[in-house]
Amino acid sequence: MAQIQLKNLTKAYGAVQVIKGIDLEIRKGEFMVFVGPSGCGKSTLLRLISGLEEITGGDLTFDGERVNNLIPSKRGIAMVFQSYALYPHMKVYDNMAFGMKLAKSGADDIRRRVTDAAKLLQIDHLLDRLPKELSGGQRQRVAIGRAIVRDPRVFLFDEPLSNLDAALRVATRLEIAKLHHSMSGVTMIYVTHDQVEAMTLADRICVLRDGRVEQVGTPAELYEAPNSLFVAGFIGSPKMNFLTGAPAAAHGCTTLGIRSEHITITDAGPLWQGTVVHAEDLGSDNFLFVDIGAGEPLIVRQPGKLAIPYGTRVGLTPQPQHLHRFDAAGLPIR
Amino acid sequence: MNAMSVLKTISFYLLVLVIVVFAVFPFYYAILTSFETGTALFEVNYLPQSFDWSNYATVLNGRNFPRNVLNSVFIASTTVIFALFLAVTASYALARVRFRGRGLLLMTILAVSMFPQIAVLAGLFELIRFLGIFNTPWAMILSYVIFTLPFTVWVLTTFMRDLPVEIEEAAIVDGATPWIIITKVFLPLMWPALVTTGLLAFIGAWNEFLFALTFTSSETTRTVPVAIALLSGASQYETPWGTIMAASVIVTVPLILLVLFFQRKIVAGLTAGGVKG
Amino acid sequence: MPNPDHGPSLQQQRARSAFWFLAPMLIALFCVAAWPLLRTIWFSFTDTTLSNLYGGKWIGFDNYLSIRTLESGRVIYRGTLVDPAWWNAVWNTVRFSVLSVTIETVLGLMVALVLNAEFKGRGLVRAAILIPWAIPTIVSAKMWAWMLNDQFGILNDIMLRLGLITEKIAWTASTETAMTAVLIVDVWKTTPFMALLCLAGLQMIPRDIYEAARVDGIHPVKVFFKVTLPLVRPALMVAVIFRMLDALRIFDLIYVLTPNSAATKTMSIISRENLIDFDKFAYGSAQSTLLFAIIAIFVSLYIWLGKVDLSGGGK
Repeated sequence: MAQIQLKNLTKAYGAVQVIKGIDLEIRKGEFMVFVGPSGCGKSTLLRLISGLEEITGGDLTFDGERVNNLIPSKRGIAMVFQSYALYPHMKVYDNMAFGMKLAKSGADDIRRRVTDAAKLLQIDHLLDRLPKELSGGQRQRVAIGRAIVRDPRVFLFDEPLSNLDAALRVATRLEIAKLHHSMSGVTMIYVTHDQVEAMTLADRICVLRDGRVEQVGTPAELYEAPNSLFVAGFIGSPKMNFLTGAPAAAHGCTTLGIRSEHITITDAGPLWQGTVVHAEDLGSDNFLFVDIGAGEPLIVRQPGKLAIPYGTRVGLTPQPQHLHRFDAAGLPIR
Repeated sequence: MNAMSVLKTISFYLLVLVIVVFAVFPFYYAILTSFETGTALFEVNYLPQSFDWSNYATVLNGRNFPRNVLNSVFIASTTVIFALFLAVTASYALARVRFRGRGLLLMTILAVSMFPQIAVLAGLFELIRFLGIFNTPWAMILSYVIFTLPFTVWVLTTFMRDLPVEIEEAAIVDGATPWIIITKVFLPLMWPALVTTGLLAFIGAWNEFLFALTFTSSETTRTVPVAIALLSGASQYETPWGTIMAASVIVTVPLILLVLFFQRKIVAGLTAGGVKG
Repeated sequence: MPNPDHGPSLQQQRARSAFWFLAPMLIALFCVAAWPLLRTIWFSFTDTTLSNLYGGKWIGFDNYLSIRTLESGRVIYRGTLVDPAWWNAVWNTVRFSVLSVTIETVLGLMVALVLNAEFKGRGLVRAAILIPWAIPTIVSAKMWAWMLNDQFGILNDIMLRLGLITEKIAWTASTETAMTAVLIVDVWKTTPFMALLCLAGLQMIPRDIYEAARVDGIHPVKVFFKVTLPLVRPALMVAVIFRMLDALRIFDLIYVLTPNSAATKTMSIISRENLIDFDKFAYGSAQSTLLFAIIAIFVSLYIWLGKVDLSGGGK
């Protein structure tokens, strides 16, 4: 069942439209990730759902109830901000209890909920500290803890990992995934520009571009059946290889896409011939950059060790069932 | 080459010395004079010759001067509290809420602070007479609003604009109303700005002369600047320089100590009020 | 936006509280600024007196200018606009403002440049120059009045010893030197303020610009005029207008330092004299109104010209 429903949602700042009519259903208990390049409107969309930003047009419903004009604190949401946004002058305990105190909850209730959340996040020994005495990762946990204490029906995350360093980012990502599993029935909406974060966390991903939904689907759907050239290029690392010109025309399309792991190095009647211009050995995998004279070099992924020296001529054959064909408008030909 | 750079250093420090002497000497000389009485007063001395506290005794035992100091303290403090109270809420609205005409309103407030005070003197005089507060501290407290309020609003607005948006949004999600945001979230973060603006407004009110001169008519209701300006000696023709300097030192020393103590904050406040416009 | 389902939206709630937050301040400013100003302007068109504030009759522009032709054919002009004392005050004010602001800007910039250099004891020097700023104007006027005293003043003594003058000067009393005396005190008191504003502007200039200039071997003087000055100009413009507005309304320093000297009477002084001391309340109101008008015109002109300049010079 759809818990949150967006119907033709729009947002304009004066004459500038940033959200251009979005229809989307988010199911109860789902982990939905909004992903897209900067300026695509993903954060604005999150802020429309949170109520921090006023909706210009369309409908937003929570559990069937129209909430367009409902103030944020009454929507049953909690939000984790990019900069953590902890109250600098309040101790961790008070940071987490602030919302409940404003809601005039009982003192015992507050204490119980705050300590429970703190235990869950393993920050119960930090409750008497001020935010400035905490590390970045600890602050992030407090911010998440503050959200948990609110006992929301929807969790909103606005690029929560972008202020953390790479190692901590991976650890916290795992932490958030675990949190989602442990809180059944709580919907999470997560905004990021990092498609790896999106792929690893999401039940479903909503790719946004220029204020519009480009595609919604599970990570696998987006990876395997991108609905557009944009999604094909945005999802997946390394980027999907795109060929234009003659190699594409040979397959009856304007742009031909093929992922790096779907290209085989072969000497037996290869489709393309090229020179190795660069190789990246990641240990488990090997990425070969092969120039076949059609724009960017093709990236070819080979598992394990494979010593092909720079300058070698190789033959390449794509797996035909994994070819993605796109027309001039960037739409897939299937 | 080396001699050249030594010469450069020497002339630089000489320039620094000139600046410092020019800045500090008048006050030094006032202190020096305040310890002189009788004929010593009328000899030009560059170094302290006597330490005679009698000028201070005269001032402090005088009928009115202690009273004048109290007047000034009361008026300046009340003005500051009043201005800060009104300015905190107003600057939140000006810094944080988007509404039509906000820029115009800010410009208007700035314009009021540039008002020539003489232009409102006649109208204020009438208002103060009408309210029946002529020759009371309230006349000054009311009229000082004209320069303290725009200034505090302006500085606090620039300060509040720099507070992180996300903290306010977190509070909104937590269910805080604008009033709660101001009192529970922003005020604790703003005390440095409040101290600075409060102090600057206090100095402004403490030093004001035109209104205080016009809206008081008896020696007991005067503020310190008016009292010093109108301090007269035993006879009409003799200016009591010793006592004037003693009074000046008394009212200036606390101010200088405050300014030196809050030096950095004051400089920040002045530039926020002046440069960021 | 109509909203049947819920209470006020967040934006409505915020707009509403913004209104209530602004209302007290606006009411306060209306009471002490707008209303008195309007009353002053109104008084200037009446014959109100100090003793009878509500007895004034409307007399039109007579306080500004009235032209009456006598039976003999002689035309009599009266009013502020033909009052030589007023024009003397206007001239004094303008002279004082232009001179003081110019001197203070130049000196302030110099002091700021000194303070922007790194040297031992910079903090102390900065503290020292804050002292004149902290001293109440009235006190500084009195202090300087004593130092400028014709008989016992230390300034005459110093200048005599240095051989700069041959006889004592009556700085504040003599018409030739009164304005100089006022300027000296104002420069002393206000240069620190200018210096601090300039310093703030200077400190916003990234240091590496200077290093780049040094590497390129550009002469320091050229660096100042080609790099420093254009970069501090915006900050300087704001500081200058603030100072100018302050100077145009100067009252307290002159009132205490050179009372009754026609050479230093400014618009504010003469207006107050008429308003309160001479019981020409309406006449003084007219002069106050004129001062307000002059300042308003000056500000508009400055903003207007400043903008033209910015769009012309800025790239």
